[in-house]
Amino acid sequence: MEKNKQGNAFAKFIYSQKTAPYVFVLPFILSFCIFWVYPMISTITMSFQDIKPGGAEWVGFNNYAKLAKDAVFHQAVFNSIMYMLLTLVLLLPFPMLWAVLIDSNLVKAKGVWKAVLYVPALTSVVISGTLFRLMFSEYKTGFMNQVLDFFGHPAIKWLKMYPSAYFALLLLCCWRWTGVNMLYFLSGLKGIDAALYESADIDGATSWQKFCYVTIPLLKPTIIYVLTISIYAGLAMFLESFMLWAGNSSPNNIGLTIVGYLYKRGIEKNQMGYASAVGLVLLVVALIINMAQLVATGTFKKEER
Amino acid sequence: MAKNNESKKIGGAKRSILSVLATAFFVILSALIAFPLFAGLLASFRPGRELIRKGLSIDLDFSTMTFDNYIYLFGGKGGQEDSAKYFMWFRNSLFLTFITVAGTLLICYFIAYGLSMYDFRFKNFLFFLVIATMMVPFEILMLPLYQEIISFKLIDSTWGVILPGLCAAGTIFFFRQYMLGLPKELLDAGRIDGANEYRICVQIMMPITKPAFASMAILSAMGSWNNLLWPMLVYRSAAKFTLPIGLNTLLTPYGNNYDVLIAGSMFSILPVLIVFLVFQKYLIDGMTAGAVKG
Repeated sequence: MEKNKQGNAFAKFIYSQKTAPYVFVLPFILSFCIFWVYPMISTITMSFQDIKPGGAEWVGFNNYAKLAKDAVFHQAVFNSIMYMLLTLVLLLPFPMLWAVLIDSNLVKAKGVWKAVLYVPALTSVVISGTLFRLMFSEYKTGFMNQVLDFFGHPAIKWLKMYPSAYFALLLLCCWRWTGVNMLYFLSGLKGIDAALYESADIDGATSWQKFCYVTIPLLKPTIIYVLTISIYAGLAMFLESFMLWAGNSSPNNIGLTIVGYLYKRGIEKNQMGYASAVGLVLLVVALIINMAQLVATGTFKKEER
Repeated sequence: MAKNNESKKIGGAKRSILSVLATAFFVILSALIAFPLFAGLLASFRPGRELIRKGLSIDLDFSTMTFDNYIYLFGGKGGQEDSAKYFMWFRNSLFLTFITVAGTLLICYFIAYGLSMYDFRFKNFLFFLVIATMMVPFEILMLPLYQEIISFKLIDSTWGVILPGLCAAGTIFFFRQYMLGLPKELLDAGRIDGANEYRICVQIMMPITKPAFASMAILSAMGSWNNLLWPMLVYRSAAKFTLPIGLNTLLTPYGNNYDVLIAGSMFSILPVLIVFLVFQKYLIDGMTAGAVKG
């Protein structure tokens, strides 16, 4: 009897409208603590430690001091930031223009182009990286060298030198992400009220004026979204370079990125402390750049209103 | 409509020239984008060794093309062993994708349901935390997560692969956006009929959330099918490898399985391509949800 009553009380508690939301969000709270807060704390702690098979030893800021003098790390930071900036230049304005074109009713068979441009994003990075590596093969029978040959230029070792290695990496990324970014912009364009263009027409605005004063301002949320994810994805790029050089080592570290270095130190050399410091530097760099971007574009101000 | 007005002003002839130019531009762009895959497809009908030795280029000499690689991939011409290995990866990928999609969708639906259908004290704070997890790239948490999975004794297990990603912030975000647009009166109607909170969630609300499930299922399936980094860290025994990990192991300089690599790579795109072409609309809805509202 007593037990039954308790059971009922428990059931009543669980089934009540007050408790239900907490039951629903419980998995998130658990996952957040176990797979986000805990690893976050542990990576911060590890970055101040030297992790050896026997145990961890506190070393203060030693890992960071070493990073400050580590030329390979500087190379990786330089590569990641360069790469991120170049992808912003290539993967923001061009997909936006293509989207405006597709949206303009001038283009026939839009659906086909949208689908074809998206297909590269469906392929695993293993496949796309391998295809590009073989296209940029150093033999004169590789496609890119055949193109050079067509223009009367001797074959080069594309992936073994600047700036051709960068070119290959950027081309791979543009190939994969142009269609995706274009879709983001297309969905943003769809949200723009056609009446705005009509009233611009009445005021006698030219196409270019409409683009500058109607399309761009109203596309701002989409631009900021794409900018934010591109900054993160650019700074955290790893697998593209991992696959393009078939492993985590490229000649003179041409293709080494921050995450590549983190992987090298943490997974390949098992120096978890040092690798954690690398990861935290990346996090701080990513947060600063994105905060600066969000402040500059006025995203925070809008929320205050 | 607005754009048509403009074109009337420009005049028919000029417009049709522009239209031809714009369409031609996309024909060329699409051809360039399709090029690497097309070259890969052509190469898959020739010996893989040749591809590795010569690099990838377009070779339209159809007389040297054979189906040997694909016959080998499906177990003919002495390929039984390699074929068995490849289709084991294929099955593993299918299995992992299925479990990941089912688990992620259900759990994220429940979380988003809690966050959108009720008013409770920590609601906004919890939603802020969901957004906050999106602000940290996975790659930064990869190492501590890897250690954590080892200490949980989940290394080399499917649990270890799927658990950390089960509450996917993007999926929760999407479900929440979608459900905020659903009428909350349905909940009260259900309560009046005597259904408890969980029955309402599963039997009344879940059916009308189907389009959101479809979008997220496609998106999550694509991601899982192609996922390399985390499964590569967690899975250790060759018997558990998925397609991306397995194909990657064929890429060694001393390998002799390049036939399987090239034919297998092309064949592994097929299922994703079919799913994409059939469910394109859902995929695009799911993908672009964040981009409009910002």
